[in-house]
Amino acid sequence: MAEVLIKNGVVYDPLNGVKGEKKDICIRDGKVVESVTNPKVIDAEGRVVMPGGVDIHSHIAGGKVNSGRLFRPEDGRKGLEAKTKVCRMQSGYSVPNTFAIGYRYAKMGYTFVMEAAMPPLAARHTHEELVDIPILDNAALPLLDNNWMTMEYVNGGDMDLLAAYVAWIMKATKGFGVKIVNPGGTEMWGWGKNCSLNDTVPTFDVTPAEIIKGLAEANEKLEMPHSIHVHTNMLGHPGNFEITKETYDLVKGVNTVKDRQVMHTTHTQFHSYGGTNWGDFESKADAIAGYINQNDHATIDIGSVILGDTTTMTADGPMEYSLYQITGRKWTNHDVELETGSGITPFLYSGKSPVNTIQWAIGMELALLVEDPWKIALTTDHPNAGPFIGYPILISMLMSKKRREESSADMHKVIYDKALLPSIDREYDLNEIAIITRGMTAKALGLHEHGKGHLGVGADGDVAIYDMSPEETDAGKIQKAFLNTKYTIKDGQIVVKDGEVVATPDGKTYFVTPECDDKLTDEMMVKLKDKFDHYYTVTLNNYPVQDAYVPNPYEIKTQMRG
Amino acid sequence: MFVCTRYKWIKMGTKVNLISGRTTVQGRNLDSKLSEEYFDEVARCDLNKADLEKLGVAADESVKVNTSYGEVIVKAKEDGGTPEGIAFMPMGPWANAVVSGDTHGAGMPVYKGIDAEIEKTGEKVLHVKELMQTYMG
Amino acid sequence: MVEVTDVVCSLCGCVCDDIVVEVEDNKVTKVKRGACSVGKSKLMGHNRIKSPAIRVNGELKDCSYDEAIKKAAEILAASRRPLLYGWSSTVCEADKVGVELAEELGAVIDNTASVCHGPSVLAIQDVGLPSCTLGEVKNRADVIIYWGANPAEAHANHMKRYSYVSKGFWTEEGKKAKKLVVVDVRATKTSKMADVFLQIEQGKDYLVFSALRAILYGHADVVPDEVGGVSKKDLLETAEMMKGAKFGATFFGMGVTHTGARQNNIVNAIQMTRAAHTHTKFTITPMRGHYNVAGINQVCTWETGFPFAVDLTRGYAWYNPGELSATDLLIRQECDAALIIASDPGAHFPGESIKHLAKIPVIQIDPFPNPTTEFADVVFPAAVSGVEAEGNVYRMDNIPIRLRKLIDSEYPEDEAILKRILDEVRAIKEKEGN
Ligand SMILES: [Zn+2]
Repeated sequence: MAEVLIKNGVVYDPLNGVKGEKKDICIRDGKVVESVTNPKVIDAEGRVVMPGGVDIHSHIAGGKVNSGRLFRPEDGRKGLEAKTKVCRMQSGYSVPNTFAIGYRYAKMGYTFVMEAAMPPLAARHTHEELVDIPILDNAALPLLDNNWMTMEYVNGGDMDLLAAYVAWIMKATKGFGVKIVNPGGTEMWGWGKNCSLNDTVPTFDVTPAEIIKGLAEANEKLEMPHSIHVHTNMLGHPGNFEITKETYDLVKGVNTVKDRQVMHTTHTQFHSYGGTNWGDFESKADAIAGYINQNDHATIDIGSVILGDTTTMTADGPMEYSLYQITGRKWTNHDVELETGSGITPFLYSGKSPVNTIQWAIGMELALLVEDPWKIALTTDHPNAGPFIGYPILISMLMSKKRREESSADMHKVIYDKALLPSIDREYDLNEIAIITRGMTAKALGLHEHGKGHLGVGADGDVAIYDMSPEETDAGKIQKAFLNTKYTIKDGQIVVKDGEVVATPDGKTYFVTPECDDKLTDEMMVKLKDKFDHYYTVTLNNYPVQDAYVPNPYEIKTQMRG
Repeated sequence: MFVCTRYKWIKMGTKVNLISGRTTVQGRNLDSKLSEEYFDEVARCDLNKADLEKLGVAADESVKVNTSYGEVIVKAKEDGGTPEGIAFMPMGPWANAVVSGDTHGAGMPVYKGIDAEIEKTGEKVLHVKELMQTYMG
Repeated sequence: MVEVTDVVCSLCGCVCDDIVVEVEDNKVTKVKRGACSVGKSKLMGHNRIKSPAIRVNGELKDCSYDEAIKKAAEILAASRRPLLYGWSSTVCEADKVGVELAEELGAVIDNTASVCHGPSVLAIQDVGLPSCTLGEVKNRADVIIYWGANPAEAHANHMKRYSYVSKGFWTEEGKKAKKLVVVDVRATKTSKMADVFLQIEQGKDYLVFSALRAILYGHADVVPDEVGGVSKKDLLETAEMMKGAKFGATFFGMGVTHTGARQNNIVNAIQMTRAAHTHTKFTITPMRGHYNVAGINQVCTWETGFPFAVDLTRGYAWYNPGELSATDLLIRQECDAALIIASDPGAHFPGESIKHLAKIPVIQIDPFPNPTTEFADVVFPAAVSGVEAEGNVYRMDNIPIRLRKLIDSEYPEDEAILKRILDEVRAIKEKEGN
């Protein structure tokens, strides 16, 4: 019986209301327990102790991540590290190889990462890479919004059948939740076009707004652990904040039996833009944060910018095309039949650029202006606004106004009149940091009920011990501590010690299998079969992801509400 | 078009531009390259009627294909689709006996666009095993 | 007799997955539907390598798998510059073990992309690739271009399943409502079907791409009366056809990657597609040859960071195709041992490189005897993926499809053989104390 006792730690476990208490953590057979009898003792010596980090949105596995690696050998060459006795070779900065992803996240104290966009037709690819990422527990969100089945059911108002289809997709792709990316826009990109929230998508005769609402209803009928996860229309366009707010309003009336939001909108930095063009571009983080403060049905993650070169990638094909037209850099696009699309282009966030400076400010502004940290998550939309390895920088910024002032002084001067950041005094405390990096994210994903994001009895024995005292105020030291843990413990096993990876167990893959009425499924299958008979280029029987690609499964069953 | 410094030009014959590529029968025998069907299909060189006449070669007669990189005997075949001055050989051991391994810094040998000279010959076409033997020792 | 449906073909990059076969007495007795003649031949089977063997005094002598594993591991562990090559006609599960073996040995790992679409990869690394899945072409495309590709011979089901001849959502009339453009040096079975056949002079692809690019960007005035054997009139017409497309799809083959300008041809092809994209939707896709050459590129990329020609001597990945491709290594006579799996350099490499392969110890893993067997020193017969073994592969448009196992094999799978070699190499290294 493997037992671990972590003593003398100052524990931040927000889901259990523990805000920096000296407290022992006991782990037996990988789970947190009340007490232990003959444990391996880890003396935290007054350091900061948190549950393993939970990333709600990151692009770590699958077709477009790998296309990013393939077409950017110049990025691959940035992160080269030789294999060791424990670790395999590493490469890449914004598009690290699978091994580096696992090691680097674990060193930051993270033990769960959500892959944010999985094209259903290529789901097997996403899972093949997830299997190859060491240490991290994981899950993936299938893209469902530009899907012909979805649009046809939304058009017909058949919400039960839509739910039956969503259930089928979750099972077929070993998916975790409903992802929406530029609804309608990516289908229109099939013809080289795009659309906004209330435009009608030709042929399918639905609007993006209807798609979002329909999927939100289907999601709640299935009592999914997570809400719909939305990348709203018009990402990256000046003036898009109105559309973002309008999108929030769409689902205000949607009911859920779960104790969570009904919509999570992601990388909100990209959706909080004012102005009418890049010339009068300005931050509208206050308007977005104001909405979130006044309403309880929506949560956001920030998608904050990390300065430097990165690789942007999204299922939002038309958006990547616009970006490529701005930069003239290389551009890859991959539309996926009947379902979705994707685009990839490298991008440099420069502190000398007025636009990038405002973007840089907006992410942090959102985090600082949303009053309740339970409504907000720390992300960089890795690697879109910057690689995940930049999280410690953001944490130190949020915790230190001084650091923000110093950094702002190095940015384009536009920061002082088009952004709000210099006027904000708030500083996060460690409890709030713990909320936006594990407590909130686990709860928004519904994973707190499955042992993630907290250290209560029965929780997974995933613990991060940061090499800092709770009183630390030096931003540089805070950043360093959050980059390389003193210890990261995964299921009761030490995987990182003194900033070095010492063990590389396999992670689990979480997926949801919603059950619904057989008759409903049968009726849905008639339509689906027709799609496979006539339009897909893969057969229905070859489509679902086989169990072989999820060797360490964690299944969450749900039942459709009648 | 193509300069090679490592080899000397060997013999004179009809100058052609040699390309190699796939065919259906070659593909069908990818897993049975020791078969007669593969031999019949791949150990050959397609030429335009005019080029065949220039060489004084009838279909199925042997020709020697010479390049800076080697020489090989194959059967000639008439192909109307191949323009004058072009020789087509199905990809495989015979074509590869005379193509270039110089990758010009790209990792890719030169399988198409090789200066070649073709002449009539009485020599016999080597079977695949015999051809591979020429690389030994 | 059992009928098996949804059989996945393990021959070319089309990876057709709607094949129906009959199986009786652990044999595929009939291919009923779905496969082209090439795929059918694959499914029905061929002569096999019967036994593991080790070359002694110039002759292959049958031996046990244990003996062959031991010998192979000894060769590899003793090698100072091993080359692990092939990986395209096997499944990703085996390819992963291959990368691990290369890492353990500090080997160079390269795959058949370096002799088919390696230049395409280099071009993609330069400018990217605006592409799509084959179903997008099926459902939307009304202008199809095959450039330096002859699918009627090399990818026989491509037009029927995915492009010109297929019928989809917005293309229900099939080829009647589509235009087919073929660009090639020779008249081929494919060019005979074309609405427009541009017969270009060999090696002039770059010029013709440039001319079309210029026209599509509105600079027809700079194009001379004839480019690469094609008249300006034909070029203008082709450009108009491209501009008028609702959805255009370009497919290119080894006619473009194998000729003089190599990756520069492909960069230009992609730039032409971008130019067309300023008028309408246009995509471009390489016609990948082997059924899983796309897959080894995927696996190699997510594990090492790079798709082919990767040197692991330093313990981390070093990528430099013009230096580290199998051909480059062999021409420089640099590698001192090679493991060849799921490919046949004996048939498909230039004679110059085969000369060096014939000199060094070569380990071959393959179901079938082929020219490489003639100089291999250790030979492992393996199960046929897609007939006797299952596993994931990536279609030419990078869609993952799991091959099915139809019958039992008396031979082990590639993955199992590689794992045993890896274990044995580790055991040797442990004994030697490193
Ligand atoms: Zn994202």
